[in-house]
Amino acid sequence: MARTTTRTVSQPFVNYALEAGCYDEMFNDDGAPRGHYATMYERLLDLTAEELRYRQSSADMNFLHQGITFTVYGHEEGTEKIFPYDLLPRIIPSVEWHTIEKGLTQRITALNLFLHDIYHGGKIIADRVVPFDLVYSSKHFRREMRGVDVPRNLYVSVCGTDLIRMPDGRFAVLEDNLRVPSGVSYMLANRQVMKRVFPKVFANYGVRPVDYYGQALLNTLRHLAPNGNPTPTIVLLTPGVHNSAYFEHTFLARLMGIELVEGRDLLVHNNIVYMRTTAGLRRVDVIYRRIDDDFIDPLAFRPDSILGVPGLFNAYRAGNVALANAIGTGVADDKAVYYYVPAIIRYYLGEDPILTNIDTYLCNDEQQRSYVLAHLDQLVVKAVGESGGYGMLIGTQSTAAERDEFRARIQANPRNYIAQPTIQLSRAPCFIDGQIESRHVDLRPYILSGDSVKIIPGGLTRVALRKGSLVVNSSQGGGSKDTWVLYE
Amino acid sequence: MLSRVADSLYWLSRNLERAEHAARMIDVHLNLVLDESSSTPLRQRRERLLYSLWMQPTPQLLDDDYALTQYVTFEPTNDASITETIALARENARQIREQISSEMWTQINKVYLDIKCASMEEVWGHQPHEFFRSVREGSHLFQGITDATMNRSEGWQFIQLGRYIERAQSVARVLDVNVGAILEADGGGDHYVQKIGLLKSVTSFEAYSKVYHGDLESRWIIEFLLFNPSFPHAVRFCVEHMNLALREIGDETGVSKQSRLYRCAGRLNSMLSYDMVDDVLDGDLHGYLHDIQHLCHLIHEALFETYIAYTIESAS
Repeated sequence: MARTTTRTVSQPFVNYALEAGCYDEMFNDDGAPRGHYATMYERLLDLTAEELRYRQSSADMNFLHQGITFTVYGHEEGTEKIFPYDLLPRIIPSVEWHTIEKGLTQRITALNLFLHDIYHGGKIIADRVVPFDLVYSSKHFRREMRGVDVPRNLYVSVCGTDLIRMPDGRFAVLEDNLRVPSGVSYMLANRQVMKRVFPKVFANYGVRPVDYYGQALLNTLRHLAPNGNPTPTIVLLTPGVHNSAYFEHTFLARLMGIELVEGRDLLVHNNIVYMRTTAGLRRVDVIYRRIDDDFIDPLAFRPDSILGVPGLFNAYRAGNVALANAIGTGVADDKAVYYYVPAIIRYYLGEDPILTNIDTYLCNDEQQRSYVLAHLDQLVVKAVGESGGYGMLIGTQSTAAERDEFRARIQANPRNYIAQPTIQLSRAPCFIDGQIESRHVDLRPYILSGDSVKIIPGGLTRVALRKGSLVVNSSQGGGSKDTWVLYE
Repeated sequence: MLSRVADSLYWLSRNLERAEHAARMIDVHLNLVLDESSSTPLRQRRERLLYSLWMQPTPQLLDDDYALTQYVTFEPTNDASITETIALARENARQIREQISSEMWTQINKVYLDIKCASMEEVWGHQPHEFFRSVREGSHLFQGITDATMNRSEGWQFIQLGRYIERAQSVARVLDVNVGAILEADGGGDHYVQKIGLLKSVTSFEAYSKVYHGDLESRWIIEFLLFNPSFPHAVRFCVEHMNLALREIGDETGVSKQSRLYRCAGRLNSMLSYDMVDDVLDGDLHGYLHDIQHLCHLIHEALFETYIAYTIESAS
């Protein structure tokens, strides 16, 4: 613990830095392990660096052999990498999880109501809680969805919300991913590998299981079946082998025992969707689609898409097939709409938000914009419709040229940008080069909303593996670790 | 099973069989060239090799074994070259990686990576035979792994189908192209070389010898390659196994056995089961071999119409 450099500490932790202004998951401010980490701390002290290194390499081999990889765009064609896995679990005590669970349930409930409202009467707009121009100018707003009734009024069935822990220890929502959130396969794989390489550490810790996710997802999808069909044919629609998350698509399809299809496997005839099998055409009732709105039907959206299914949108509108998630959910995770989510929660539920937002400046607003432009070197600027860490400026780590570029971009299209203060994400112990060091982490829990809202106790803890870095995205040098939610 | 998946499995298997066949043909050719007396027309031998593999001869390929070997093995503009067919087979496998066992994927990927790393200079400079043997072995290993790790469901049957259609067609083709030369060679000075060459190029020399004791008679060679029921490279064997696979697939999918597909396959099967070599030799031998190839082609087309690319109207 290098806060006081003179202090000698036990071997694996010599390089562990505690910094003021940043919450540490494992240690409290005095440098003593927090209660839920105490046993872990003891167990780690018993392990030599050699032993840790051995476990790390056997974990890596596990991932490689199972082919748990993702594809990096823009590199040599088809480069497959394993998603770096960090050996040390991130632990969340039950009382904190309870708050997260309540907060996320509240949020997803409100967002589903919001989506139904804006695609129907638009009461929230009429009541001037959310400005109409913001909604209608969102890149992901789908005019085509106005007046369309979706099964059970569920727009977002599968959601992965990014949470961060503020310096004061509270969790806050960084962004909602309401379109096609990915990463859940890593949550499941991380747990499997953890149990295999670290059985003794895992045993008796009271960790809540996550592996029923497949069954829970299947039930959520079944719930959407048109006409209450109790035995619907469900498929997972993938863009194909070139997609960065293809591994996850195959993984989930296998987990649920459903067919993994590409656009060319499906066809629409008389507004009914069929898949082409060797035994003839078979009707499809529910599609868990991992393709963006834009590409899903060339007749309704981007005409140049070869990944989609011509006519699918009409079949959907006719109520003959269910899609998870619904089309047009992206408007609710637009980063400028995000600013209004606390107001949205109050409007529909009459409750105060349990999980707070990060302070956000809308570049659309003249006053806020001039503040942003004057403080570019301190803020994080994000394009509203992007995800995956693309289209971002991190002010504190930027060059003057990059800031000038963003200034010009903001002025050219203010609606497209928001800014947030640079948040020191909390840090957690990670095994780096034979030592335990601290790195910034976030948390993406996975939320399913079917007949009720279910949140899998755990999630994907993403790690910014580069020292000091605040960017956790896998495409930008991030890794992940197993996330343990403890029983009471 | 999704039609796309069946299609990929079928082509994966066909492409790999095609690569194995080409590797064997060129290997045997390079070996035979060493035995040829200077009087034998090498150009004709090369020409027959290319025709056997459905490739077009050019003056350069007919004059030079280096160019020929390069063309058959590595030429990127030749769709049927060994590297190209293996790359296709690997791409077929990649598209359905989750449908095959991981052992199968690892093996096909290894065959692909090995051949991608090889270069013509190296192969030619070292021992070409070793290289072609490793290609064949890679394919055999894949078949063995498939049999050991894949359950015997529809997918496995499509793999069998692809292999046996490709093989039946290839053997019929090789016979078609070479039968004139071996009939001519009967009693001639180098008839032995010609006939051994033919048998070896469809991996049949040892099996033939077990049945006919090393007496190389054209009539028996033709009989063996067409009508032997127990040797895996005899056309009859291939056709019987095609029919077996088709029947399993038909049972699983509930497709009517009255369809064109099953009629073509049945007709081909009965030809090879009941026809006799003397009748075939007395009649139009080339016509007969041509019919076999044509029926294989019709079966392939009907397979697509029935299981893969059927129209909406025919399905409902």
